[in-house]
Amino acid sequence: MPATPLHVPEPSRTDPALLRNFCIIAHIDHGKSTLADRMLQLTGVVDQRQMRAQYLDRMDIERERGITIKSQAVRLPWAPTAGDGMGTTHVLNMIDTPGHVDFTYEVSRSLAACEGTVLLVDAAQGIEAQTLANLYLAMENDLAIVPVLNKIDLPAAQPEKFSEELANLIGCQPEDVLKVSAKTGVGVDALLDRVVRDVPAPVGVKDAPARAMIFDSVYDSYRGVVTYVRVVDGQLNKRERIRMMSTGATHELLEIGVSSPEMTSSDGLGVGEVGYIITGVKDVRQSKVGDTITSLHKGATEALGGYKDPKPMVFSGLYPVDGSEYPDLREALDKLQLNDAALVYEPETSAALGFGFRVGFLGLLHLDVIRERLEREFGLDLIATAPNVVYRVRMEDGSEHIVTNPSEFPEGKISDVFEPVVRATILAPSEFIGAIMELCQTRRGTLLGMDYLSEDRVEIRYTLPLAEIVFDFFDQLKSKTRGYASLDYEPTGEQSAALVKVDILLHGDRVDAFSAVTHKDAAYAYGVRLVAKLRELIPRQAFEIPIQAAIGSRVISRETIRAIRKDVLAKCYGGDISRKRKLLEKQKEGKKRMKMVGSVEVPQEAFIAVLSSDDSASKKK
Amino acid sequence: MPSVLPDGEPMPEDGALPPDALRGAGERPLGFYLHVPYCATRCGYCDFNTYTATELRGSGGALASRDNYAATLEEEVRLARKVLGDDPRPVRTVFVGGGTPTLLPAADLVRMLGAVREEFGLADDCEVTTEANPESVDPAYLSELREGGFNRVSFGMQSARPHVLKILDRTHTPGRPEACVAEARAAGFDHVNLDLIYGTPGESDADWQASLDAAIGAGPDHVSAYALIVEEGTQLARRIRRGEVPMTDDDVHADRYLMTETALSGAGYSWYEVSNWATSDAGRCLHNELYWRGADWWGAGPGAHSHVGGVRWWNVKHPGAYAQALGDGRSPGAGREVLSSEDRRVERILLELRLVEGCELSLLKPAGLVAAEQAVRGGLLEAGAYAQGRAVLTLRGRLLADAVVRDLVD
Repeated sequence: MPATPLHVPEPSRTDPALLRNFCIIAHIDHGKSTLADRMLQLTGVVDQRQMRAQYLDRMDIERERGITIKSQAVRLPWAPTAGDGMGTTHVLNMIDTPGHVDFTYEVSRSLAACEGTVLLVDAAQGIEAQTLANLYLAMENDLAIVPVLNKIDLPAAQPEKFSEELANLIGCQPEDVLKVSAKTGVGVDALLDRVVRDVPAPVGVKDAPARAMIFDSVYDSYRGVVTYVRVVDGQLNKRERIRMMSTGATHELLEIGVSSPEMTSSDGLGVGEVGYIITGVKDVRQSKVGDTITSLHKGATEALGGYKDPKPMVFSGLYPVDGSEYPDLREALDKLQLNDAALVYEPETSAALGFGFRVGFLGLLHLDVIRERLEREFGLDLIATAPNVVYRVRMEDGSEHIVTNPSEFPEGKISDVFEPVVRATILAPSEFIGAIMELCQTRRGTLLGMDYLSEDRVEIRYTLPLAEIVFDFFDQLKSKTRGYASLDYEPTGEQSAALVKVDILLHGDRVDAFSAVTHKDAAYAYGVRLVAKLRELIPRQAFEIPIQAAIGSRVISRETIRAIRKDVLAKCYGGDISRKRKLLEKQKEGKKRMKMVGSVEVPQEAFIAVLSSDDSASKKK
Repeated sequence: MPSVLPDGEPMPEDGALPPDALRGAGERPLGFYLHVPYCATRCGYCDFNTYTATELRGSGGALASRDNYAATLEEEVRLARKVLGDDPRPVRTVFVGGGTPTLLPAADLVRMLGAVREEFGLADDCEVTTEANPESVDPAYLSELREGGFNRVSFGMQSARPHVLKILDRTHTPGRPEACVAEARAAGFDHVNLDLIYGTPGESDADWQASLDAAIGAGPDHVSAYALIVEEGTQLARRIRRGEVPMTDDDVHADRYLMTETALSGAGYSWYEVSNWATSDAGRCLHNELYWRGADWWGAGPGAHSHVGGVRWWNVKHPGAYAQALGDGRSPGAGREVLSSEDRRVERILLELRLVEGCELSLLKPAGLVAAEQAVRGGLLEAGAYAQGRAVLTLRGRLLADAVVRDLVD
């Protein structure tokens, strides 16, 4: 049955009434990529021979982690098998959205490019916090919602229970919830029919000056930046000159076209259509998500709303383990930035770690993904300092400091310290309410409210300092709820808090990489933990090494590494000499992996072990 | 001889050396090490290349037999003559080690020495040492050795305490090594050494002090004292891993070393290498000094190592394979390495620094000199010697010699 329908409308000449622009909102692992694969097959744009799993996920990391970092837009022809438009070939533009809280802004732009969304939920698990957050976002954007339960073939599936839950959330009848198995393909054709039926056709002004919104921008090493756009009004034509409305920069359209799913050039993109443009720019920051494109001549005067500059929320110092790889790290970051407008970094020098960069991220997943790509794609061995947030410090003399690196926390008379806070939403089975509230209390959370989604599932809302969740909050939450809880958060501003900087001193020298800003009630525990850990990890040396934790000049914890007293091989005769020289060479190699902090040799492993939390370190191994 | 052979390049069949190896040989003394790879029983701590009768049964047959070992070893001495060609040097030292050389009849040891004398000639003041097990020698045996040309004997005493000897699997009775010293003196040996081991699991400070006192009381002119090294693959390592005996802490080793220095220097012995003390310069073991000063020596026997002019090589380990190679007219060498000039520089620092004379500062590169200066400030190198252009370890520095070497070779 699946076959490319006849009379497929061509790009730039498609009647908007036949267009359906939709995206899929789903949690990681709920089967979005598999569903997309089935749609590609069913609409015949990818034949069986070319099909591979997670066709649209381009990066290894995306495929491995089952997440989508960059959006994609695919043009699918579909003639409904039933209902009003039966037999008429429609054009469905499926916009794949990032599925993670760190990329909420990108999600919001993807949603703004659509008139409807498929809400895809695992029939065995129910809706998760991030999905809920994105659903609310979609509802705020007045998108038509097509509720779908996936994985109905699983033995653990509870379609009745979760249909009820979805129906309650979006205000429909449980019978309206479609039931599919993306794996087997069951119900996918009905889903495509429903998209045609329920998602409104785009409404734009055909004869107005062109206005197209950028919802994604991807760097491709062969073609430069490929920018994905949704034409809202008017038309973009090939070879015409365009203008970016936020910057005023002008470019020539070297290529314009649609993905189906490989890039196919066209004469242009008409009102309501979704496709890509190539202008020859080499850096995604010149083609920013959310920006409006218009024609250079007789262009629009008013940009589409909603554009924001991405703002890093979490910072971490990245240092090459081998100091000579610093230029390679710079080059790698430059390359990643071509494809990631949210990635910001500047050089920084640490007395302990040498030359590196202070890098700003949208959130923890963003940090993880970047670090992993640096290590995997660029072969770099990195030390990342513990992630921290941005603090605003007001001094008694009225001056202000913005602190992105704890070691730069000002000394002297401080009147107030402000930290970013987020509104966190946690969804979990109700049996875990106690454990979740306990966790949030210890993380200085304030309960905002709690609602039952169904009989045994709750939504708990908290205000939490961002600093309290950037480290191991999610791991803790998962372990306290046996993996059932899901988390979403959005920044909501800042609050004043009793924050202090804790320094770690090795043999009297402050180790900048270990400085941390913590709440004053947690400072002592932090100091004791770090000092004890370092005592374990730093080998004994020729002299005694005191390790101290201090707030300002006040020492809050102290341990001592006793001096090593014996380091000599007892025997060194004829047959021992080659062995001894080779051992020495090996020890010299080991010494190279030591960082000198003042006069103390600190193994790289100590930095890595101290800077990563216990949980995340064990999780990665 | 440690049992694990290093990785290296293959040895040519005839054992020939690269032409450069003999350049300037006249300036360097030449010594011979003769290995006897037999023991009555295997000691729990020992990873040397040695075999008991049981271990050899069926694996090497007649070739690995103790009875014709001296004859086999003579073959290698003759090979050495061929390889070294017209090298005119008489032999400065001969050292027979093991294993347990004294498991062989004294006549066999004398015969092995004779082969060296015949092929190379012995220098007038040639130092000829054998290691000896206190239980396998008696006055007659010692006299036979002395008459055969041996002038130095080294006894494995290890400890004066029975419970310590038991952990080490040593079979001799306490008191026997001290008696051996007297017997050796009576047989006409001027130079006698006692080997001691400290830090054995179960040994107390008092036990160690008793061992030192007993050794000193016996009056040898040389004492070697070694911290027990627990080598991987030994019975002792397995017993420690299973928790049957405790591992000795490095700090305890350091304490015992300081006790050793105090006791020996108080009794008129001076250290001249990290683990060696002698009553006078004449009492030093010249053979071992050849190792530490980069001289040439030929090690004959299974698993023995040799060094000539920057070429280090080592023989096949098993007595059967060793005898087979020599029987076929091949070199028993298993592999070798030709040292680069940087290798030789590093070796000189790591070996000479262990000696009381230390090493010349001119061996150091700029970074090594900076490290040396720090070591002087840190009390690890003698300030006086440093001022005169030498790096010489202090007492504390001796205990941290490997750490100092790591910094100095930079």
